[in-house]
Amino acid sequence: MPEQTDHPEQPVQPAPPEQPVAPEQPEHRFTPDAEWRRVSPKYLVVEVIGSIITTAIIVAALLVAFSLWGLWWAPWAAGAVALVAIVAIAFEPRRVRSIGYRLREDDLLFRRGIMFQRQVAVPYGRMQLVDITRGPVARALGLADLKFVTAAAATAVTVPGIPEAEADRLRDELVALAESRRAGL
Amino acid sequence: MSGAAPAKPVVDLADGEWHRLHPASPLLRGGLVFIAIAGFVIANLRERVVEFFLVVFAPGQLDDGFGEWSDENDWGRDPIGGIVANNLVGWALLAVLLVVVLVIAGFWLSWRMHTFRVTPEAVEVRSGILFRSHRSARLDRIQGINITRPVFARLFGAAKLEVQVAGQSGNMQLAYLGSSLTDGLRRDILRLASGARAKSGPAPAVALPAVASGEAAAEPLPGAAPAAGLAAAPGAAPARIGSRAGAIVGQRVDEFLAPELDPELAPPESVVHIPVGRIVGSTLLGGAAFWMLVVAGVVVAGILTRQLWLLFSFVPAAIGLVSYLWSRITKSLRYSIAGTPDGVRVGYGLLSTANHTIPPGRVHAVEATQWIFWRPFGWWSVRINVAGQSVTNGSEAAQRTQVLPVGTAEDVQRVIALLLPEAAEGGPVAGQIGSGLTGRSGQDGDGFSATPKRGAWLHPFSWRRIGWAAADGIALLRRGSLVRRLVLVPLARMQSVALSAGPVRRGLGLAELRLHTVVGPVVPSLPVIEREAGEALFAHLADEAVERANEDRSQHWGRETADA
Repeated sequence: MPEQTDHPEQPVQPAPPEQPVAPEQPEHRFTPDAEWRRVSPKYLVVEVIGSIITTAIIVAALLVAFSLWGLWWAPWAAGAVALVAIVAIAFEPRRVRSIGYRLREDDLLFRRGIMFQRQVAVPYGRMQLVDITRGPVARALGLADLKFVTAAAATAVTVPGIPEAEADRLRDELVALAESRRAGL
Repeated sequence: MSGAAPAKPVVDLADGEWHRLHPASPLLRGGLVFIAIAGFVIANLRERVVEFFLVVFAPGQLDDGFGEWSDENDWGRDPIGGIVANNLVGWALLAVLLVVVLVIAGFWLSWRMHTFRVTPEAVEVRSGILFRSHRSARLDRIQGINITRPVFARLFGAAKLEVQVAGQSGNMQLAYLGSSLTDGLRRDILRLASGARAKSGPAPAVALPAVASGEAAAEPLPGAAPAAGLAAAPGAAPARIGSRAGAIVGQRVDEFLAPELDPELAPPESVVHIPVGRIVGSTLLGGAAFWMLVVAGVVVAGILTRQLWLLFSFVPAAIGLVSYLWSRITKSLRYSIAGTPDGVRVGYGLLSTANHTIPPGRVHAVEATQWIFWRPFGWWSVRINVAGQSVTNGSEAAQRTQVLPVGTAEDVQRVIALLLPEAAEGGPVAGQIGSGLTGRSGQDGDGFSATPKRGAWLHPFSWRRIGWAAADGIALLRRGSLVRRLVLVPLARMQSVALSAGPVRRGLGLAELRLHTVVGPVVPSLPVIEREAGEALFAHLADEAVERANEDRSQHWGRETADA
């Protein structure tokens, strides 16, 4: 249900094009993206909840250590961890906005990160499989992660926070693209 | 079931019928353990046996009580003594006989049930007595074929053939086959895999020279040599074995002495030869040399200070080191590499020999390395990434990914030209390999990009070496000063490309570029590149990878020739 409401931000590709740019594959009507696509803004919630839970566990463990063994530095460490987490959460919206992907004519482009930037190009013909995973929080929000697997372990491209219906559609489209551009290993 | 293998000697194993393995394979695979157990038991009973004979042949020479099988003395207190004392000898012998018969029957049955066939689509293996398994490997997914001949197997004239497919545990082993048939089978599998299906049957097998039977097998017909190899198997009629024993022994000796790679199969000028001195020298100057010095120093210190425990505690390390060096040297001996129509064939080994064939279009990355101790001699080693074989980190896999243990810069040129036909001599790539190996930026006209001086913050020693070049669909990346590296990646098989920059690199206006290939010892990366140049190279590589992959037809390398 929620997927209809959560793309407004997302420049979804212009609905069924009149004539695809790639005429050699008439069976897959596919238009390459002109712009970067962003992940759903709801993904911010997933990230924030995740970092809050992690921080809470660490802080709780430190406080327990303080109360049981009287480690004097434990409350300070807990405070530092909480501070770092708050700063990280403050930057979270920018980090989520930095995640982008783009279906080009022959390959998928993926980028993420503001401090540590990474940009990957994966030719469709190299995709061995497309994997959809859903974490508990993401599932509650109707989001899914799309993972692309090639023969190289280092490729490691996972597009997080895609609305479930969109993820299914994207998976089918990518599988079809991979099939039509199948190269050897 | 079509499992009935033909009883007659077979010349062509790739005829689409089910075949059995070499009759000695159970012995070679598991029987040696059985023999070892028997040897262990006998060795432990040695004193008992000796004493027994003393009692029989020299009575009265020993103390009283010896030879008396009763519960009162030593003789009766171990299992054998107990058996004798209780008059159970007959039963014990029966039990031993039963076990032996059962084991032999099991081996025989598993040999009977282990069959394989090669069809135009796949290699299939059926095995197992109670739990049947049926594996099949599609021919167009074959990444390479390895043939190993351990010393024991060579005495029996047997060889192990392994079909390598992409995947974690997908390799199919045919252990063991008749040695002389194995090379023919490899050739036939590769011929089928190449897509050249026009020709079938044994005709091409006869047309090509006999492979492993050795040049001294002076048979009138080349095709008859494999037949002789099969007749030599222990399963043949005893009378014929008796009459042909001399011929068989002669053939075994010839096989043992024959060069690992038949020079008739490959153009001789493409074969790299490694002098023995270079193998020994490079091994001693390799990474193990350092540890050898450490061990030697400790031993000397132990002798000087009379701390003998030091000596003893380092004996295992020394033994391990020496055996490692020895195995490295013996494995590098009789090394050969040559281009055959069905791929590059690398062979090595003195006592246990092995060779593997990499069909065209299966090499995902090539790396030439030279570490500092080798630099005065100009020695290099070459390693490759191939799908399916470098996943495990075993020493055997490491051996296979190393296509040139040690060689000069010219050898490296020749090996790379074999592995990547685009880099053949005269092409633009070949011209750049030389500067890629030893060059550094600042030398004009070598075709490699220059790294800005601020890269020295990250790589103070090697920043001048870092650079890239691209030609003919091959990306060349050079880096490293202490350990010089040149990596070549055929873009047609590159999986993806990544450009990344952390805070430090971004502050310096730099980035890092990585090319992703299948898992292996080679990691193609450019640790430092100017930001804009990196963006441009990223875009260029991403486009060209797609383009080259579309043009690439090397998966079915024989198809054009068959159609033509």
